[in-house]
Amino acid sequence: MKLTLGPVLFNWPTPMWADFYARIADEAPVDRVIVGEVVCSKRTPFRNDVIGEVIERLERGGKEVALAALALPTLKREINEVASLAGCGYLVEINDVTALAALAGTPHLVGPLVNVYNEETLAEFESLGSTTIALSPELPLSSIAILGAAKQQADLEVFAFGRAPLAISARCYHARAHGLPKDACKYVCEQDLDGLDVDTLDGQSFLAVNGVQTMGFGVTVLAQEIPGLHEMGVSRLRLSPHTCDMVGVAKAYRELADGRLASSELIVKLEAMNLPGTIVNGYPHGKPGAVLVS
Amino acid sequence: MELVCPAGTPSALRTAVDAGADAVYCGFRDETNARNFPGLNFTPDELAQGVAYAHQRGTKVLVAINTFARAGDTQLWHRAVAQAVEAGADAIIVADLGVLGWASRNYRDQRLHLSVQAAAATPAAIRFYVERYGVKRVVLPRVLTVEEIAAIVADVPCETEVFAFGGLCVMTEGRCLLSSYATGESPNMNGVCSPAAHVDYRQEAGSLAARLGGFTIDRYPAGQPAAYPTLCKGTFMVEGKAAHIFEEPTSLNVLAILPALKAAGVSALKIEGRQRGKAYLAAVVRQFRAALDALETGRTVPEMAFGALTEGGRETTGAYRKTWR
Repeated sequence: MKLTLGPVLFNWPTPMWADFYARIADEAPVDRVIVGEVVCSKRTPFRNDVIGEVIERLERGGKEVALAALALPTLKREINEVASLAGCGYLVEINDVTALAALAGTPHLVGPLVNVYNEETLAEFESLGSTTIALSPELPLSSIAILGAAKQQADLEVFAFGRAPLAISARCYHARAHGLPKDACKYVCEQDLDGLDVDTLDGQSFLAVNGVQTMGFGVTVLAQEIPGLHEMGVSRLRLSPHTCDMVGVAKAYRELADGRLASSELIVKLEAMNLPGTIVNGYPHGKPGAVLVS
Repeated sequence: MELVCPAGTPSALRTAVDAGADAVYCGFRDETNARNFPGLNFTPDELAQGVAYAHQRGTKVLVAINTFARAGDTQLWHRAVAQAVEAGADAIIVADLGVLGWASRNYRDQRLHLSVQAAAATPAAIRFYVERYGVKRVVLPRVLTVEEIAAIVADVPCETEVFAFGGLCVMTEGRCLLSSYATGESPNMNGVCSPAAHVDYRQEAGSLAARLGGFTIDRYPAGQPAAYPTLCKGTFMVEGKAAHIFEEPTSLNVLAILPALKAAGVSALKIEGRQRGKAYLAAVVRQFRAALDALETGRTVPEMAFGALTEGGRETTGAYRKTWR
């Protein structure tokens, strides 16, 4: 099993973002790192100054680097940015069909925000040049097994760690929560480095808001499921960055995948890491994503 | 602009046709369509009869097969496509790339529309579907302003359809897992959102709690009407404050911007609500028919009060106006 570090989905201040990747480059046993902004194009300009250095550092650290495409391009500038990823010289992970249209016929990665739910869609993407397909977090093991048996050349990747991305909107809920219009958002999402927690009126933790994205409050942790996923033909695990010790998370998953750490020990290690939410794993078991199946 | 109206049942189909729909859309009684609710939808025989009724009156029938096929069961979606073709559907509305590929290869002459669930929001994405699968019309996601729609229409080689009235997804359609996070069932996999089987209303300490999958979506003081607990329309707590953090219970209504949508070059207007009753449907379709007739003949679009036909008595023009974002 290979490990993929997904893109930072949150609005981390640029120095923190660059330092994060420097440490990943030097210390994290991950095979591939996806770099770039997925959620909101307003965050991108601040990082453009350092992204070249970040990529170089990651490559020197032996990581394969891929650039992430924006999930919901609608402005002309955003559409042009996505289109320009074709021919950028790096592997690209698409997150919508705008990017697919730009990269169809050339090798590319498919992110978990693109819907690949069945073997025929999988074959369609393979014929379009998709070399890794990260599956939607909501897919049950029964579907993953069929996709694993049906795949030809593409690697299948499963969302193994982090707050699952649940929805994307034109509306910015972070700005809305602060009573601000999206176009004058004051970058309030920068205040919530793992997302803004959303509770029910009864005080139950439920969701988290990240700009135009909504995520689960719970942190998806697949552990006991990993050996079975490997047998099904899943060859990559996706770890989604949070402010907790991601080097530690990557090391623990590396040990688990290599059979040097029991799944129960992985859970113990992760629980000690100040995760932003409680551990959940319902989706692969065909249950609500918010629940923990032990 | 063509008026495309919901037909949740055979009798709703007749109601919509009689009230002035240019086209109706419906689905089969299973998870192949995104309104897979108990008591709704059509058997293949009912669809054939519905098509006959509609065609006699000059109304088109569009069949929605717009969920994402379940792995290992894709033949269920294939069969639905075959049955829609057999019944004489004027178009089939598809979202899943696999289903789309299969339909376009096996029924070259069948008109295909791209469902809103496919979330094609840019000219490049739409052209991809047109060029690769021969899609003739795209239903645009509810994330675009009128200006953005006009730019798209000018730049794509197919018709466009936009939502005009009814329930309002605030998340990009086809890309929302909120329902399955709380209940295990989602629009993409099961054709349902916030499904009734997971809803629970309970009187507690002077208020009514409306829950979905055990999560409180809203609370209502005694005597206040309770809305259905659709996840994205709930009241939640953020930093100690209670608010409709995503959206209020409200209905989309584009009547006020009909001329702008026409000027943008939109081909068709879609009324949401296959789950609605006949009285609601007849009233909404008649009002939109009258408004469109006025617009097409150069008269001023009359102001119309939808009142109780809207959710929570509130209306919005949603993402069509930039300020909504």
